[in-house]
Amino acid sequence: MEFKNDLGKPWKYEEGDYTVVRSSIWSPPGCHPVGCGVKLYVNKDGILEKIEGDENDPITKGRLCARCLDLKEVVYNPSRVLYPMKRDPQDRGKADKWERCTWEEAYEMIKQKREYVIENFGPESMAAYSGTGRNGGIMVQEFAHDVLGTPNACYTQSGYACYTPRAAATAAVTGCYYPEIDYAGGVEGTYDNPDYKVPEVIVLWGKEPLPSNGDGLFGHAVIDLMKRGTKIISIDPRVNWLSTRSAVHVRLRPGTDAALGMAWLNVIINEELYDKEFVDNWCYGFDELKERVTDMTAEKAAEICGVPAETIKKSARMYANAAQAGIAWGLAIDQNQNGTQAAHCILSLIAITGNLDKPGGQLVGESKAAEVAPEGTKGMNKTYAATGHLLDGWMALGDELRNKTIGMQEYPLYVNSIRNAHADLMLDCLLTDKPYRIQMAMIQSTNIIAPTNSAEGDKWHRGLKRIPFIFATDVFMTPTIQACADLFLPLKCAPEHDSINYTHYSGSQIHFGITNKAIEVGDCKSDAQIAVELGRYLERPHYLNKYVDERAWLNNRRMQRNLIGGGKEDFDTVKEKVHVQQGRKYYKYKTGYLRPDRQPGFLTATGRVEFYSFMFSDVGADPLPFYQEPAFGPVTTPDLMKEYPFILTTGARVIAYFHSEHRQVPLLRELNPNPLIEINPADALELGVADGQWVEISNQFGKAKLKAKVTPTVKKGTVMAQHGWWFPEQDANEPNLSGVWQSNVNTLIPNHYNGNLGFGAPYKCIICKVTPLTESYDVDMKKFQETFKKVVD
Amino acid sequence: MAAYGLLIDYEFCTGCQSCEVACKVEHDFPVGKWGIRVFDDGPWQKDDSNDEGSSFNWNKIPVPTDLCDGCKDRVEKGIKPTCMHHCLADVIHFGTIEELSIELAKKPKQVLWVIK
Ligand code: SF4
Ligand code: SF4
Ligand code: SF4
Repeated sequence: MEFKNDLGKPWKYEEGDYTVVRSSIWSPPGCHPVGCGVKLYVNKDGILEKIEGDENDPITKGRLCARCLDLKEVVYNPSRVLYPMKRDPQDRGKADKWERCTWEEAYEMIKQKREYVIENFGPESMAAYSGTGRNGGIMVQEFAHDVLGTPNACYTQSGYACYTPRAAATAAVTGCYYPEIDYAGGVEGTYDNPDYKVPEVIVLWGKEPLPSNGDGLFGHAVIDLMKRGTKIISIDPRVNWLSTRSAVHVRLRPGTDAALGMAWLNVIINEELYDKEFVDNWCYGFDELKERVTDMTAEKAAEICGVPAETIKKSARMYANAAQAGIAWGLAIDQNQNGTQAAHCILSLIAITGNLDKPGGQLVGESKAAEVAPEGTKGMNKTYAATGHLLDGWMALGDELRNKTIGMQEYPLYVNSIRNAHADLMLDCLLTDKPYRIQMAMIQSTNIIAPTNSAEGDKWHRGLKRIPFIFATDVFMTPTIQACADLFLPLKCAPEHDSINYTHYSGSQIHFGITNKAIEVGDCKSDAQIAVELGRYLERPHYLNKYVDERAWLNNRRMQRNLIGGGKEDFDTVKEKVHVQQGRKYYKYKTGYLRPDRQPGFLTATGRVEFYSFMFSDVGADPLPFYQEPAFGPVTTPDLMKEYPFILTTGARVIAYFHSEHRQVPLLRELNPNPLIEINPADALELGVADGQWVEISNQFGKAKLKAKVTPTVKKGTVMAQHGWWFPEQDANEPNLSGVWQSNVNTLIPNHYNGNLGFGAPYKCIICKVTPLTESYDVDMKKFQETFKKVVD
Repeated sequence: MAAYGLLIDYEFCTGCQSCEVACKVEHDFPVGKWGIRVFDDGPWQKDDSNDEGSSFNWNKIPVPTDLCDGCKDRVEKGIKPTCMHHCLADVIHFGTIEELSIELAKKPKQVLWVIK
């Protein structure tokens, strides 16, 4: 049957009684920068009535996930905060003490506090905390360095165990920016483009792309490719839906990825399955790598990882023998103390098989040319070249202030590469006032104490409450803001503001999209608007001179980061295109597009992919990959296993939610009403736990109550707990704080178990015990819908 | 009048639930009511000696309910049913039973639903 479609529509058009605005959506509410195309149908009263997937999006072609389909229930949710609000610091934790105020009042309050803090304690005693994924979440450096003038930007996850460890390892080993599987997103006609080849094999290594769309990879592209013949190798402790459709599933023990990676290298090197020409011409340290992996035979790794040696060999051969293959590596690599080394192995595998920057293999970002680097990036050209990050705010702080960043002495690579205070040391600072006390902070798009990403949220709760003044930005009142903040600045949702969306945070560009404003709700502002207005209010030089309004900010900060060549077009020109495919250059190491000087080779000390990494050896770290046992588990802590016999993994994505978001949205909550923990049927039987029964998990760090889902997806002896839970339907006052402590799995994850470079933490390999409960904590969905049904139809 | 149906390829249905939510939003079904539901057939082990790859049975099978009206209003305007339009795996197809039966015969692991 034939249907009409809207191909070729302009960015804005009239249809019947509606104005339709085409847009590329990227949070808030949260999402990775996938930027799915939407058509926003706005009625005569300016109300968003309908959201449809936009078939003009070259990648998603009109498809949408549940969260955008139900975006209206977020935008018009009765619990959304629509106006700035203030509260006396003495009334922290009291939900009814908030009072509406104006933006002017709010800015003035921030200004006065800031001046007082700078004068009495110095600018370093301010901090800006951010979370993950959101459009504004990546602006934490801008808020800290440019707006407030402090070096202490801080993504609060222990060991920055998300994306950045992988990206830092990539920069060290290859000098490139983040390799992603090639799903033809950047080229016209995508899969049908003649320059493109369908990958023979895709390895999903600690990644479940369907619900996560990690880092902007449109997860269902994997399905498109499977329909075109791609075979899957799944490396995951759990059975997931994709693994049941994979050629090989390596169900390794959580946290043993580096051992597996070394064994794959061993098999591929010893069986001479590698690309000799690529290794000879473009790699450094092959002999050292070969030597290092000699002992890690498939048999040895089999013992460590708990999988048959044959499975390891079969999967390694299958990957290496494919004409073109990609490894989609995931968060599990970062959430592991040994993750940098696992990443080192994966990068070596990509290179050694010749899959780097080849059609249907693995793509890396194009480096920006030296001549387009804007003023203020001098001296930090490498970072700008690879990522397009403008470092002017960080540079303007000066050496002395930068050296006061929390963690600069202990973890210089971490602090300098991402211009962030070290998360675990920041928590220490909050609890001990050493090396100084944080006097004022911004909580920017993050729900720190809910089990989103910070480890030991209970300690963060204590630490944050010691900060005398906190202002926060968000869409909804969160338990963190309720407990700790004095000023709430309401954020616009994606249909309410102009912005730019970029896959892979702009590094491995394939596509970028324009978020076009369609509606106004309440008195909310976008992150960019707040940065500019507050920056100007505080008379910060950047904002007075350069980023004078939101448009100037978008043109400079966002467009520069996207467009190769440095932003020749401005926002108002590209907005009409809505989606821009970046084109795709393959084999850039041959053509000079990986270096700002446009010479062939890689942006490393040797100009080659460094199996032996000088960047690691320069900071005193082992230049070669090695295997380290997880800090807790049968090998390291056999005695503790008697008390805590289960391996606990957390953080698997569910389609209904982005981390701690969306819990107050009826149709999404209905998809996943209660926090689940997966437990193997044999374990459930032994413990006397029925499917659907609530259990408590606990260890030496904390405890959480979850609802058992009895399923063979987890192995016997392993449990998998959902993260992000809090309950907007519960009492919001301290100490309950919307039930944030009820199912808070991150209270079981300790801080300070980082890898040697300060990266990585054991979110996916900790231990616990499981105790059945008699009570039920199920949500009453009928009552829930009454409370949270949308206010506008 | 020709009979219409939905043909769903459950080999590739990932269980993303876009069809469920799209249908509910379109028809304004409240919590507890659905025009289409995705059922979980599995996971269970097909071969107990092995837990690799395809040794697990796990199919997500979307089944329209009594509330499915085939998105009559949309189809009359020549627009795809919303579940079909938004399906992330692109596995739902609307058409006449005659058209869909031809497709059904071509590939295993599909289900055909006739709209009442
Ligand atoms: S992946 Fe993100 S942008 Fe795409 S539909 Fe889902 S929430 Fe929206
Ligand atoms: S055809 Fe329409 S009514 Fe039927 S299941 Fe699909 S979306 Fe629902
Ligand atoms: S939208 Fe498509 S892939 Fe997703 S559950 Fe429904 S039928 Fe399956």
